[in-house]
Amino acid sequence: MCNDKLERIIEKHRGKPGSLIRVLIEIQRENRWLPKDVLLKVAEALDVPFSRVMQIATFYKTFSLKPRGRHEVHVCTGSSCHLRGAARLLAAVQRLTGIEPGETDPDSRFSLETGSCLGSCSIGPEVIVDGTHHARMTPAKVEDVLKRYR
Amino acid sequence: MPRLRSPAALEELRADIVSRRAACKPCISVCCGAGCDAVDSARVVKALRDEAVKQGGKVGVKATGCHGFCEKGPNIIVTPGELCYFGVGPEDVPGILAGTAKGVRIDEVPFYKHQMRLLIGDNPRIDPTRIEDYLALGGYAALSKALFEMTPDQVLDEVKKANLRGRGGGGFPAGLKWETAKNAPGDEKYVIVNGHEGEPGAFMDRALFTGNPHKVLEGLIIGAYAIGSHRGFIYTRHDSPKLIEHIETALAQAEEYGLLGGDILGSGFDFRVEVHFDVGIFVSGESSALMRSIEGNPPEPRPKYIRTSVSGIWDKPSNLNNVETWANVPQIISRGAGWYNSIGTEGSKGTKLVSLSGHVVNSGVVEVPMGTPLRAIVHDIGGGVPGGKPPKAVHFGGPMGGSIPERLIDTPLDFDALAALGAPIGAGGLLVMGDDTDMVDVARYFLEFLTNESCGKCVPCREGLLQMLKILTNMTKGKGRNGDIGRLEDLSDVTGMACLCALGKTSCDPLRSMLRYFRDEYEARIPVE
Repeated sequence: MCNDKLERIIEKHRGKPGSLIRVLIEIQRENRWLPKDVLLKVAEALDVPFSRVMQIATFYKTFSLKPRGRHEVHVCTGSSCHLRGAARLLAAVQRLTGIEPGETDPDSRFSLETGSCLGSCSIGPEVIVDGTHHARMTPAKVEDVLKRYR
Repeated sequence: MPRLRSPAALEELRADIVSRRAACKPCISVCCGAGCDAVDSARVVKALRDEAVKQGGKVGVKATGCHGFCEKGPNIIVTPGELCYFGVGPEDVPGILAGTAKGVRIDEVPFYKHQMRLLIGDNPRIDPTRIEDYLALGGYAALSKALFEMTPDQVLDEVKKANLRGRGGGGFPAGLKWETAKNAPGDEKYVIVNGHEGEPGAFMDRALFTGNPHKVLEGLIIGAYAIGSHRGFIYTRHDSPKLIEHIETALAQAEEYGLLGGDILGSGFDFRVEVHFDVGIFVSGESSALMRSIEGNPPEPRPKYIRTSVSGIWDKPSNLNNVETWANVPQIISRGAGWYNSIGTEGSKGTKLVSLSGHVVNSGVVEVPMGTPLRAIVHDIGGGVPGGKPPKAVHFGGPMGGSIPERLIDTPLDFDALAALGAPIGAGGLLVMGDDTDMVDVARYFLEFLTNESCGKCVPCREGLLQMLKILTNMTKGKGRNGDIGRLEDLSDVTGMACLCALGKTSCDPLRSMLRYFRDEYEARIPVE
């Protein structure tokens, strides 16, 4: 699991315990989840106990300890999106993907997350797929959007 | 570019940049802020650049930070003349370049004309990846003035006299905080930009920091000089790629020009900055939690018997201010505390950025003088509620703020006036709620948010919020029970007193404001015996 790219990330921070969060962010960004053998390497390279690594990896919500789907679907549930109908939108996305927030479907096509807020309140409710925002969504429109991601 | 080694060299460079621009060709600024970016303003930039090249490069095209009017994006502004075009698509490009499409002068757009855009107003003039754009507008002149014409004490004094109050939530006087850090024992001191902005419905700091990173950086360096700090930290969101790119570019450019690093502008003052990221939890915006996170630990707050300005990161004095507070510093130094004091109210000076969202026609980033009545923000600037009905309530400060009813909408935007009504400004997220909003659900929504974001360190927050959330959820589902309102009040009293940090202490403020102004809606959810 620990490929060259991840090795390079870890090596860059070898011996720097203060870089723990930074390393995990970089690995998460590259690999999209944090496999256990990689975390063990991080602990060894940065010279921090494995328990500390796990403490950080489980505390912060961005880190995933499970493999993710090919596409990250994020429904904004911030206050403005909430007032403008995010709950209905989320229900539609859950129905279409068959998964709850925090889950990945069995085909590894989608991982679903909710969260607030990404600061595009004027165009809510919105769904963000792989970083691309889809503005002023309705349950009907989101079906077309998700179809584009295989 | 060789490092600048004196104020004169900075001014020479500035004159050179400005003179090269004197034969000014028309320039089109395309907003690439969070809202416009999400409706693909990048496509508009590309179409404009392609077309401009075809026409022989007589027109410049700038991809800038947020212009403010997010509702109508993608937005562009054409200078000279400051003509605004809204909802621009690639198909509109030929008409705009030919001058046949009709724009509206910025001072005739209702959304803009009632504002005073001292901080955000430069955004359309700046490509955030080019320090030259900031220098052309007088950037880093305040830093040069502070370093060469003022002592650190004089800088501190000016900020104290300006009555600059922290824009992050508490409204604590920035000058006093600086003074505490400055006078705290120890040689090693830190200054921090809090760019976490985790409050839902708040997007003004991102708009400012992404669109004009050097303004915040300049404020930070001036603050470091006043306090006697040589190491700074920027703590910001990991999930906004443009924000990160612009901050890192700005730091690299400032260092290259000698405005950051060793011997800044030849003054002998050294200052370096590193960037740290939150990893998606609201509590890491709390000052002591944020500092724990910078150390590489989980962001758990600590009790503040000793302030972080005395003992913060690695137990060293650490002065933390938010993005907007730092951005105010350069203009206070350039134009003086007297000028700054001429704007605003008795207790709240200067302008305030407000993120206007919710049930409102014109949402976006708004900047108005302190003291502006909320009515002007919601109606004159925001255009009121879609459909023309009056709003039911306006909510300030997100999950730690409060709602006030429409009848109080003439209240001025003022730290103390709004706090007295139970709706503290917080960071400046203003949520407009239309007349069909369910106020029980709004309180439930905010509590659910905080329950998920609680770090779990102290019991009143971890357990108390959960119990309140259960009661409120039952009430929204028609399962309210006798005594629920009393139980909510008891629990909110305990969390308000016993929680460790502001997240817990103020977690019930939305609920309290609802029980104060919309109690009948809560009582209606309790079955009659």
